[in-house]
Amino acid sequence: MVTSIQSTPSSSPRPTFRAGLRAGIPVAIGYIPIAIAFGLLAQSFHLPNVITLSMSFLIFAGASQFITVQLLMTGSMYWEIILTTFILNSRHFLMSASLSQRIESTSRKLLAAIAFGVTDETFSIASTRKEASSGMFVLGLNTVAFLAWNVGTWIGVFLAFGLPSSLQASMGIALYAMFIGLLVPSLTTRPVFVVASLAVSIQAMLQWWITPFFPISDGIRIIIATVLAAGIGALVFKEEEAT
Amino acid sequence: MMSLFLLVLGLALVTYLPRLVPLLWLKSLVLPPYVKRFLAFVPYAVLASLIFPGVLSSTPTFSSALFGGMVAASLALLRVNLVVVVMGAVFGVYIFQTI
Repeated sequence: MVTSIQSTPSSSPRPTFRAGLRAGIPVAIGYIPIAIAFGLLAQSFHLPNVITLSMSFLIFAGASQFITVQLLMTGSMYWEIILTTFILNSRHFLMSASLSQRIESTSRKLLAAIAFGVTDETFSIASTRKEASSGMFVLGLNTVAFLAWNVGTWIGVFLAFGLPSSLQASMGIALYAMFIGLLVPSLTTRPVFVVASLAVSIQAMLQWWITPFFPISDGIRIIIATVLAAGIGALVFKEEEAT
Repeated sequence: MMSLFLLVLGLALVTYLPRLVPLLWLKSLVLPPYVKRFLAFVPYAVLASLIFPGVLSSTPTFSSALFGGMVAASLALLRVNLVVVVMGAVFGVYIFQTI
C-alpha cells in the first residue's frame, strides 16, 4: 500500500472536500442540460412543479426520474413504477459495493451521505481517482453533481413557460438519447451485445405476441426483459467477461 | 397530489437503499460469482429494454422518434460526450418536426 506514505491519517477534510468539488465539475456541466430536459419533460406532462423539484431533490437519479414521468403518463400503477425503479437502480448496488472497498473512511454518517450521491457518472469519476480513498473527496464530488442536477431541474421547470410546445415535445427523446448514449459505446464487447440483443428481443416478443392477449404494462415488461436477459447472460458467459 | 408525493418518497427509498446497503455493510460480504455477473449485466439489459420499444413512442410522431433515435445512435457511435448525444437528438427531432 504505497498510498499510505503520502496520506496523513486525517488528511485535512476541507481541502479534500474542495478537491472533490473540483473533480465533479465535468459531471456537473453534463448534468445541467439533462436536468433541464427532465424539468421540461415533466412540465410538458403537467406534473406539479413541487413534485418535479422534490424528485430531483429526494431521488437524484436521472434515468429513474425520466422513466417515472414516462410511466406515470402511460398510466402505470405506483407499485410497478417503484419496482421498475428498484430494478433500474440495482446497478448502484454494484457501484456502492465497489466504493465500499475503496473508501478508507469509516464514519457511518459520512458513508450514508456519500451513498445518496452514487450515480453512474460520479462513480465513474470516483473509480478513476486516487483521492477517492478519502470519503470527503467523494462527498465533494457527489455534492457538486447534486447541486447541478437540482439547479438544472429548476431551470427546466421555470423555463418551460417560455418555450414553444414543439420544442417541449422534442424533449421526449432526451431520455432515450441518454440511454442510447450510455449503451451503444459498450456494445462492442460480445457479452454486452448479446445481453442487450436478448433484452430487445424479449421486449419485442412480449409487446407483439403476449400483450395483445394478456395485457402487460410497460413497467412489468421492462422488469421481465431485464431479469431474463441479465440472468441468461450470467449463465452463458461463465468467465469474467462481464464488465 | 398527496399520493404523488408518497410515490416520490417510495422512489427515494428504493433508490437510496441499493446505494446505502453496500457502503455500510458490504465491506466483508462476498457475493457468489453468478450474482456478480448478473448484477454486472443488469445495466445493459435494463438500458436495452428501456430503449426498445419505448423510444418509438417518445415524440409526437413515429418517424420523428425513429429519426431522433438514429441521430442519438450515430452520435453515440462517434463516442462524443453524452450531452452532445442528448442535445443532438433533441435538436434532430425538433428540426424533423418543423420541416
